[in-house]
Amino acid sequence: MLLDLADTYVEQNRKPNKALSLLQGRTVINLFFESSTRTRTSFELAGKRLGADVINMSVSTSSIKKGETLIDTAMTLNAMHTDVLVVRHSESGAVKLLSEKVNCAVMNAGDGSHEHPTQALLDALTIRRRRGKLQGLTVAICGDVLHSRVARSNILLLHTMGARVRVIGPPTLLPSAIDRFGVEVFHDMREGLADCDIVMMLRLQTERMQGRYVPSVREYFHFFGLDREKLAVAREDALVMHPGPMNRGVEIDSELADDINRSVIREQVEMGVAVRMAAIDLLTRDLVGNAA
Amino acid sequence: MSKYRTAYLNARLIDPSSGLDAPGGLLAEDGAIADLGAGLFADGVPDGAEVVDCGGMVLAPGLVDIRVQLRDPGHEHMEDIGSAGLAAAAGGVTTMVCLPNTEPVIDNVAVLEFVARRAREVKLAKIHCYAATTRGMKGNELTEFGLLGEAGAVAFTDAETAIADAKTMQRALSYASTFGHIIMQHPEEPALCDGGAMNSGEIASRLGLSGLPPVAEVIMIERDLRLVEATGGRWHAAHVSTAAGVEAIRQAKERGLKVTCDTAPHYFALNEVAVGDYRTFAKVRPPLRGEDDRQAIVEGLRDGTIDAIASDHSPHDQDSKRLPFAQAAFGIIGLETLLPLTLELYHNKHLPLSDALALITSKPADLLDLKAGRLAKGAAADLVLIAPDRPWKIDEEAFRSKSKNSPFDGRPVQGHALRTVVDGRAIFIHGNEG
Repeated sequence: MLLDLADTYVEQNRKPNKALSLLQGRTVINLFFESSTRTRTSFELAGKRLGADVINMSVSTSSIKKGETLIDTAMTLNAMHTDVLVVRHSESGAVKLLSEKVNCAVMNAGDGSHEHPTQALLDALTIRRRRGKLQGLTVAICGDVLHSRVARSNILLLHTMGARVRVIGPPTLLPSAIDRFGVEVFHDMREGLADCDIVMMLRLQTERMQGRYVPSVREYFHFFGLDREKLAVAREDALVMHPGPMNRGVEIDSELADDINRSVIREQVEMGVAVRMAAIDLLTRDLVGNAA
Repeated sequence: MSKYRTAYLNARLIDPSSGLDAPGGLLAEDGAIADLGAGLFADGVPDGAEVVDCGGMVLAPGLVDIRVQLRDPGHEHMEDIGSAGLAAAAGGVTTMVCLPNTEPVIDNVAVLEFVARRAREVKLAKIHCYAATTRGMKGNELTEFGLLGEAGAVAFTDAETAIADAKTMQRALSYASTFGHIIMQHPEEPALCDGGAMNSGEIASRLGLSGLPPVAEVIMIERDLRLVEATGGRWHAAHVSTAAGVEAIRQAKERGLKVTCDTAPHYFALNEVAVGDYRTFAKVRPPLRGEDDRQAIVEGLRDGTIDAIASDHSPHDQDSKRLPFAQAAFGIIGLETLLPLTLELYHNKHLPLSDALALITSKPADLLDLKAGRLAKGAAADLVLIAPDRPWKIDEEAFRSKSKNSPFDGRPVQGHALRTVVDGRAIFIHGNEG
């Protein structure tokens, strides 16, 4: 499966010569309607290391006439015989809409508050390499679940893989009916983190706050920010994760984030490239013209 | 000059308001119903009359659809009075009441008269207009209720916009009572709905879409009911969609308040599951709700709390709907599906046929004091001949409407119009379209 394949790419990526020629002559386009550094770079590296031609297109949402251009842009790229379109968009469902209009492979690099599948896969890979399994682990996802596509994809994936998933946050930052996602819901960090194997922090989307979801950053960090004291109730060897970019001192204590004994945040980034290589590899295997 | 007569033979006459449901015939003479009854043509058909053999099918009053957006003037590429008229005719609708959210807004006598004149020229279904409650539907200054009423406005509404300001609503109700006019509210507390795209709940959360919470409806209804009590004004809630909303109106009616409400077919024929994987044709406001709410709407129709069914016909072109879900326009077209979807209430054994038809004929007509929706001597010969059980499949390609935004495409239904008659003149004959 995908995670096993990704494991082999982790090793490949640690070699001095990382280049493969699997996708030679193939074209991968990163079509980003929303700004991103790490995800776009990660996809770019993944494509290049597989030997594909990778082109980055950043389309600032403010300069386009919204969805009309979304479809137009996709049709244009499609007409150029693109093999893989990697798409990020600020609207939930935009990637799905686009995928209906093109005949190349489309990968979701994050759509609105909906999903971010490769992030969940890289998180799963990180956990599995550290713990050897996902089944039976208790994973707490903490913070701004409401706006988080990372949380939604992780809940789906971890739940499917047999992990026990908890979400922790103030009710204003949890989506309605979250209890129907097969998760346990907590509003208190100490209760929610008790005996957890994995603590997954989410970025507080401060740009959407304006006193509407939580009154202040200060209050938020006091009750929901991860620090050593709160982490102490989790299992002794509990791992700390964060999809990035972090707000240090908002959802996570800065020094804790850098603690290589607890935090696997940098490892997540490394796994990201491997997972995306595996995903692109698998998606292009049944393309017309591939002998293998 | 000899009279223009049509004799409808061998019909099952259903007149919901009088309770008539019997075999018989009907004679239309110069646009009006001259006579009807069981033994009407026992002595033969009058000389020179055109004969329509109804073949035992249902002859009922033409449908009265009290919530239609014509898009004319202003957005004629989505719909115009002509295309809406054809859609209405095919759907068995003989009277439509259009919302004032045209461009320009129907908030003054000149625009109102323009629409009325266009309707007369088109000569399909009859068209009445609401006028806006506030100028430009901006929620502040009242329009000229008295003058607009004299010019033909049948009630006042800001269409798809709630009158959010309590003082404005209080004044509107109070001032409208001078003339006995109805204020029709879009019951939704806007502060709770900012940015929302579909019903709040599990599905919205899974799709990552902002929610339109059901509670926004009942909050606005309950506020308005207090204002109705205080002012004595007439008030109507459009497209009620939630269990709590229906219950609030049920209790208000029990208390004796003169309030009414309608719903649209999609609120009893669909629930939020229809949104599926971001289907923008199922994006509508108020949104498709949960299954409990859908069942409560059916119950409200059964027990009479809900006074009428209106199509809430809202045409939108491809460009408005082929967008990421949150950016797509709200609205569903409904003129051509009002009849079969309402008949689902009958086929699913929620209502007798006559009661189901009452919700789209006499009851909406009575609600707005329209002279329509009845089979009675002297009444206009606005009729629809219905094959109530005939199965067919809704097909967006066959819609006469310029817009195709219906979530019902492909739905198997039963019952459709065979012939639609306005003032004695057939404006639609099934299978006989040019």
